[in-house]
Amino acid sequence: MMDLRELYQDIILDHGRHPRNFRKIEQATHFAQGHNPLCGDRVTVYLALDGERIADVSFQGRGCAISTAAASLMTEVLKDKTIADARALFAQFHARVTGAEAGQDLSEELVEEMDRLEPLTGVKAYPTRVKCATLSWHALEAALSGRDGSTVKTE
Amino acid sequence: MTTASLRSIYPAGPTYPSPASGEGIGRGFDPRRLRREFPIFANNPDLVFLDSGASAQKPRQVIDTLAEFYQRDYANVHRGVYSLSQRSTDAFEEARRIVRAFLNAADERELVFVRNATEAINLVAQSWGAANLKPGDEILISDLEHHSNILPWQQLSDRLALRLVVAPTDETGELDLAQFEARLSPRTKLIAVTHISNVTGVVLPVTRIVELAHERGALVLIDGCQAVPRMPVDVRALACDFYVFSGHKAYGPSGVGVLYGRYDLLEAMPPWQTGGGTILRVGYDHTVYQEPPHRFEAGTPDIAGAVGLARALDFIEALGREAIAEHEAALTGYGVDCLSRIPGVELVAGGQRRLSIVSFNLDGVHPHDVGTVLDQYGVAVRVGHHCAQPLMDKLGLAGTVRASLGVYNDKDDIDRLAAAIEVAREMFAR
Repeated sequence: MMDLRELYQDIILDHGRHPRNFRKIEQATHFAQGHNPLCGDRVTVYLALDGERIADVSFQGRGCAISTAAASLMTEVLKDKTIADARALFAQFHARVTGAEAGQDLSEELVEEMDRLEPLTGVKAYPTRVKCATLSWHALEAALSGRDGSTVKTE
Repeated sequence: MTTASLRSIYPAGPTYPSPASGEGIGRGFDPRRLRREFPIFANNPDLVFLDSGASAQKPRQVIDTLAEFYQRDYANVHRGVYSLSQRSTDAFEEARRIVRAFLNAADERELVFVRNATEAINLVAQSWGAANLKPGDEILISDLEHHSNILPWQQLSDRLALRLVVAPTDETGELDLAQFEARLSPRTKLIAVTHISNVTGVVLPVTRIVELAHERGALVLIDGCQAVPRMPVDVRALACDFYVFSGHKAYGPSGVGVLYGRYDLLEAMPPWQTGGGTILRVGYDHTVYQEPPHRFEAGTPDIAGAVGLARALDFIEALGREAIAEHEAALTGYGVDCLSRIPGVELVAGGQRRLSIVSFNLDGVHPHDVGTVLDQYGVAVRVGHHCAQPLMDKLGLAGTVRASLGVYNDKDDIDRLAAAIEVAREMFAR
């Protein structure tokens, strides 16, 4: 049996209970909803872009400890990043949680942010929970792609 | 293995103690010994399987029957002139007779093999519904229904401008019969309700529902998915018009299910899916269809599945449905008792008579997280909305954790469930 604490590390339990940036951005330039049809969980990601820079990012919704912590940590690492940084982080994060090969190398700054997301990579041992960790990122991608108000599914 | 030899393997087992009284109740049987008949447990020795409500595990005799049938008697049915095809057809039609006896239907032509209960309900909606319902007619369901007993009626209502009316359950989880009766109108043409809720385990008063419906000239379809594997079901005693169930929840193979329909109703219904096996005479301008049930069994059916299902029903009969109901009722009571004692566990109300299903939430912990912790302790439960999102909305829940029982479960399984819930509680305690 894998140690459950590798999945539910303290930082995940903390962000799951006390999510950061758990609010709506009234002046959002972009937003999109993520939906996991398996469990009915929903998350809405809000973005305030200043040109290419993410001036503010937040989320709302209901979900399990993993999806809530993943969304919370995502908002923390994305603030003041560029859209390109956000996409590079998502690609790297997606690869890490699915156990796939990572694509491009990250800059030093992004490597540090990736390290902050490291606790979530425990989900790769739990295939049914990978979608929980990536739900908010898929919603972010939908929002960035200009599919405002769209709903993406983690399928 | 015949039913008789099964009985010799499982004679009246040791009495199963009632958790409430501490005294033995009824005949019961020994789930520990019974478990040896299910190879899944030999291959997964630490498995605590509490998800039979989603799909039951298969006894060896059902698995063996499938293999034997394919190895010895398999050919397509109702087509070949050769003896092997006749043997296969005989086995398939014998399976139909076993289903007839199991449900105590009057006539074997009242049993249609389908893929599952979902397909059976869609068949009734698309065939009987489309042929008999007019704009403004009403279909009455309960608020406990599985999506499979909502969506076919919702789609039909949209198409034919019908009204889909929902009767509520009360705060104890029982169907509110007064509210139900108040929703019956002269326009009510069909009542479609579950026999046992797949979310709360409440047993619905289907006999009374049928009486009320028939007094007003409405027909009744009962979704028997959760009832067939665990309690006596007699369609003639119930006097229902349609009764549906899936084989895989009744210890049978997946991919086969049953529609029971009163013969006069089936006889007047047009084919739903058309194709090979449904016809008497085909011309480009006109086709004469077969009588029921073949009219409704287009294409090659799941032949081995039907044969396997019949063996599964034999298995249930050999154990005795009264005995299964007693065993599972006692264990359900034990589960309710155990879980109620865990701080933070909130049980979803399941009425006075709850059978084999206990849904709950752990305060402040998402059902998915509970499910993952339980899985680490070998406890398999279902988490989420259980294909009943409208009911979740009514209860104000994102989902629940659901433990559901089968004949192979015993008190140890409940104890291990409770212990794993305690671990989850501690892990997520602030």
